[in-house]
Amino acid sequence: MRAGGDEQRVLLRQVLGWRVAASVAWSVLLLPLCTAAFISISSIDLLHPIQWISNSFNDWYTSYAIFCMLLLSVVILIISIFNVEFYAVVPSIPCSRLALLGKIIHPRQVIHSAVHAIMGMLVAWCAAVMTKGKFQFLAVPCTASESLDGAVQHMCLNEYHLFLLLSGAFMGYSYSLLYLVNNMNYLPFPIIQQYKYLRFRRSLPALVKHSCVESLYLVRNVCVAYYFFGYIPRAWISATTDLHADSKLHPLDTLTGLLDLSLLYHTWLCGIFLLITWHIAWLLFKIYATEAHHFPVQPTFTEETDQCLPKILNSNPPLIIKFLALQDLMLLSQYSPVRRQEVFSLSQPGGHPHNWTAISKECLNLFRDLTQKLIMQQEAAATNGRVKQPSAGELGRSLISSEAAVSEEMSFQAQKSNVSRAHMPSLVKSSLLPLKTLSTSDLGSSFGSPFSSPALNRQAGILDLNSPWHGSVQSPHVMRRGPKLWTSSSGWVSFVDLQMNGSHQESFPVISVARVGNEAIQPSFIYTWLQNKQEQVRSFLSKRVLIMYFFSKHPEASIQAIFSDTQMHIWALEGLSRLVAASFTEDRFGVVQTTLPAILNTLLTLQEVVDKHFKLPHASSKPPRTSGSLMDTSYKTLRFALRASLKTAIYRITTTFGEHLNAVQVSAEHKKRLQQFLEFKE
Amino acid sequence: MCSLALFPPPPAPGDVSLYEFNNALVSGRLYETLPLAFQDQLADLPVLAIPKETLKAHSRLEHSTKPAFIHHQETLWKRCLNAWRDVGMCGLLNEIAGAEEEDLQWMKRGSRWALALCQWVSSLHGSLFPHLSLCSEDMIAEFSQAVDWAGCSIRAFAWHPHTSKFAVALLDDSIRVYNSSSATVPILKHRLQRSVAALAWKPLCASILAVACQSCVLVWHLDPTSLSTRPSSGCAQVLAHPGHSPVTSLAWAPSGEMLLSASPVDTAMLVWDVSTENCVPLQWFGGGGVTYLAWSPDGSRVLAATPSAVFRVWEAQMWTCERWPTIKGRCQTGCWSPDGSRLLFTVQGESVIYSLSFSEYSGELQGQVGGSKTASIVADLSETGFETLYGEERIGGEVHSMAWDPSGERLAAVIRGSPEAAESRTIVAVFRTRNSPVFELLPCGFLQGEPGAQPQLLAFHPCFKKGALLTVCWSTGRISHVPFFFVSAQFPGLSPRHSPVAALSSSASVREQPLFSEL
Repeated sequence: MRAGGDEQRVLLRQVLGWRVAASVAWSVLLLPLCTAAFISISSIDLLHPIQWISNSFNDWYTSYAIFCMLLLSVVILIISIFNVEFYAVVPSIPCSRLALLGKIIHPRQVIHSAVHAIMGMLVAWCAAVMTKGKFQFLAVPCTASESLDGAVQHMCLNEYHLFLLLSGAFMGYSYSLLYLVNNMNYLPFPIIQQYKYLRFRRSLPALVKHSCVESLYLVRNVCVAYYFFGYIPRAWISATTDLHADSKLHPLDTLTGLLDLSLLYHTWLCGIFLLITWHIAWLLFKIYATEAHHFPVQPTFTEETDQCLPKILNSNPPLIIKFLALQDLMLLSQYSPVRRQEVFSLSQPGGHPHNWTAISKECLNLFRDLTQKLIMQQEAAATNGRVKQPSAGELGRSLISSEAAVSEEMSFQAQKSNVSRAHMPSLVKSSLLPLKTLSTSDLGSSFGSPFSSPALNRQAGILDLNSPWHGSVQSPHVMRRGPKLWTSSSGWVSFVDLQMNGSHQESFPVISVARVGNEAIQPSFIYTWLQNKQEQVRSFLSKRVLIMYFFSKHPEASIQAIFSDTQMHIWALEGLSRLVAASFTEDRFGVVQTTLPAILNTLLTLQEVVDKHFKLPHASSKPPRTSGSLMDTSYKTLRFALRASLKTAIYRITTTFGEHLNAVQVSAEHKKRLQQFLEFKE
Repeated sequence: MCSLALFPPPPAPGDVSLYEFNNALVSGRLYETLPLAFQDQLADLPVLAIPKETLKAHSRLEHSTKPAFIHHQETLWKRCLNAWRDVGMCGLLNEIAGAEEEDLQWMKRGSRWALALCQWVSSLHGSLFPHLSLCSEDMIAEFSQAVDWAGCSIRAFAWHPHTSKFAVALLDDSIRVYNSSSATVPILKHRLQRSVAALAWKPLCASILAVACQSCVLVWHLDPTSLSTRPSSGCAQVLAHPGHSPVTSLAWAPSGEMLLSASPVDTAMLVWDVSTENCVPLQWFGGGGVTYLAWSPDGSRVLAATPSAVFRVWEAQMWTCERWPTIKGRCQTGCWSPDGSRLLFTVQGESVIYSLSFSEYSGELQGQVGGSKTASIVADLSETGFETLYGEERIGGEVHSMAWDPSGERLAAVIRGSPEAAESRTIVAVFRTRNSPVFELLPCGFLQGEPGAQPQLLAFHPCFKKGALLTVCWSTGRISHVPFFFVSAQFPGLSPRHSPVAALSSSASVREQPLFSEL
């Protein structure tokens, strides 16, 4: 295990290392340009344009500017390190407000925010120094003439400089918060391949515009914050450095002090400068990291074995490597006949289609996992009391049968035996297992009453505390399963559930103890009484607006959370279907034919489950309107892309093979479905 | 090089072109029967006539609800705010300049100056790209593939790429979908569906139709099993992008993943991921816009024509482009050979067809379009006189639109007569083509509709088994199908199973013709 981890780290460094280096190098190289623009614009003088231009030319290579440039390079380096440390190809989507709050106070995020605040202050200091004028130093000679002897010049606190520094820190912190809230650490892969330069050029106008607008909002917030709390840092600085505010000047935490146009303008410029340089570093990292990587299909040398596509797909590499490998699979299946030929080739001694087996197995595994996840979610939704779905179990069965088809090396006899053995869906079994081990009493009522046994709930992790209880006695086999999707996304959500459980438990410690003693005698009475109490507690809690505000789960967010890693499935679908379609003419040994039934089975099952998902009451059938801003929200609409590419994938196979598909062994139900696809009626 | 002089003379007046058989176009009276062996091929294709009179005109042309309300004088600031919200900067300036208040003389003067400056700049822009001064309806009429977009009842036509189903956009902004296997004809109407310039069915999909409208692209999701004749507008996705209207051309990737849309006003063409409604603009300044798109059937390249004398060919993997300046005018239309290795295009102001060949696409040359150095002329369509029994007919001129059949054996072109000569008319010329081993373009014949009917739009059926099937929309509102029966050289499997019937009646005038090829 250890060695495998090392190997993967080497692979990660090999693939990602130069990308990170190049992106950092480019963002540092672009820094002088930004700095020069900043210097010119900050000293803008429209009345004397020639003087302005010559002055700004001179300012570019003063020692101050060069020192600031070096310092800013360090800042960019640190920002880039944070970008690299925090990136994710699968976004983490908080399902409730409390989860979001939890993410904000997570130590990792706190460090992120603190460092960004310090970096923001550094950038603001550089900006202040480069701006010159009244912003340049923290200590300035007092204008007041009250110092009696003119020989000793008193130094006073320059509040403008302090304001700029504090606004820099504030902007850095806000950037860090927005980074979290907007999921800026998510790496969205582009829908079309383009050269890096063109991608950068395309995003640049949006980046500048976004930074300008964002900076405007930040300046507003800074002003409000300084108006209310500005005296605290000022007093602190005065106390520690023995500098006092200039009594002749307006203090800045008043309305007249803040309405200084030059101050606002320079703060705004400083914000733009900060945001643009940081966003450029972020954008370049995104562009470099999501660039397609070319994995060899067949190793030319033995030491390359770990880097070839089938090996990577089958091992469990870091997610970004897996994403890049699947993207490469999609590209090779679409554009490269030579590499497709390698996929269909047989191993030299032995004549096994190792490459194809590895690739198809991994793709099918991905689809099967997704199917299982969706079935679980649908069952949860069904037990929430809105939709009943009797066919979920049956779906699971067909899923298992297709699973068996592959695992048994596509021998159909084995498949049949497996079907008969696996008449109960595996997910039902697994969810029942912990209950059996835990059950101290076999009374159904104790299971059903959600808050009566919080310990049980916690351990099983599947009971829904909100599920209404209707029947009097039920066997565990028909037990309702809770919405697992809430708990699946992050640790914080399960924390929320525990909190809820805990609060219930505290309300009735005595009752729950009493219940354990009495339930064998009078289950129905206890039960109704408990039910009443539970209803009371729930209504009591739901009336507290604050609690509901934090605990209410956003259905859209939880659906997004299920589909957050679906980009992988989309690529796998495209890659696999194109490979199968290409095999119609290019596969000389017929290696694809052996897997075709399993592929069709899996795709059709997935199609059925996805169709069902979109028929759930709370699932919207259309993607939400997206604004064409800099922040990428493509993870919110991945499920629609999955639905479309799944259909296209099946159609691609059916149109290529046409009537030949009638000879493929699939179940009668799937055969009917295939016929519909062949007639373009799906 | 092929020229019109080699063509057989057009059919006699009153006759209608019916089909091609044994290398000859057969014309005759309407409803003349097909040869028995082929009758069942066309039995279920709907032949339609949608005359202009049956279509209801718009009841209301105004989009906004403003005229429905009584005029009410508000304060200037409020009006300015409204104008800013509704129309933008220009509206704000107009509002201030036209204000009746007395006390704002300097502001009025300033906004008048600003407006004048705006107009001057836009007129400068317009003198560079004259098409920008057109209103959007005129612009669509100018760049549409339909011969008479503004006046004819049929504005756009599209066959479904896999089944016998087609969509027709009509003058009253509705779209009808006809299916050979079902009697229900869904009629699509939407608030935003105005001035439809193009239709495109999504490949590898049952029933998704993209519609290029005046202000946006609509994507209709139709249920192929539904019996409803009026799908609700909730079935339509709206794809809009600021500055990207009117949309005049659409092209789906042959693999069905992406949709391209083009507008003569926008210098960028948009690549849409339709399912998520995300778009990537492919910006390339120069040309002033994009008027016509054609995606090669193998998916490797895209032709993008601009309103000025330049067109571009993009390769569809890394999205780089090659720029092709033309000599006389803008590129009017173009079509790709089935393997994507050859592009035929025509230029406004010249009555010739150009050919441009591309290197074989292997996928390994990333970011190279791979076009040859120069385009060659493959057909000369300048005006030619034909001596017929009924007098002399003059045919020839610019090509307005072209279609190449999916097997690569027939090419149809709408030839517009020169506007000066009154007797020259718009006609469809059909060529026989062969793409490999050398490109050949041979004359086949002219197609003629009912008396007085001018061809409006052309499209080949995507999967006709016995050769090729050309659908022609006529200016009278008639949609007719002309089958070409032949044995495909490339896909012999698609050939008719029956042995060829003996040569047909004498109405076909078969002339021996010399073979001409490009080389």
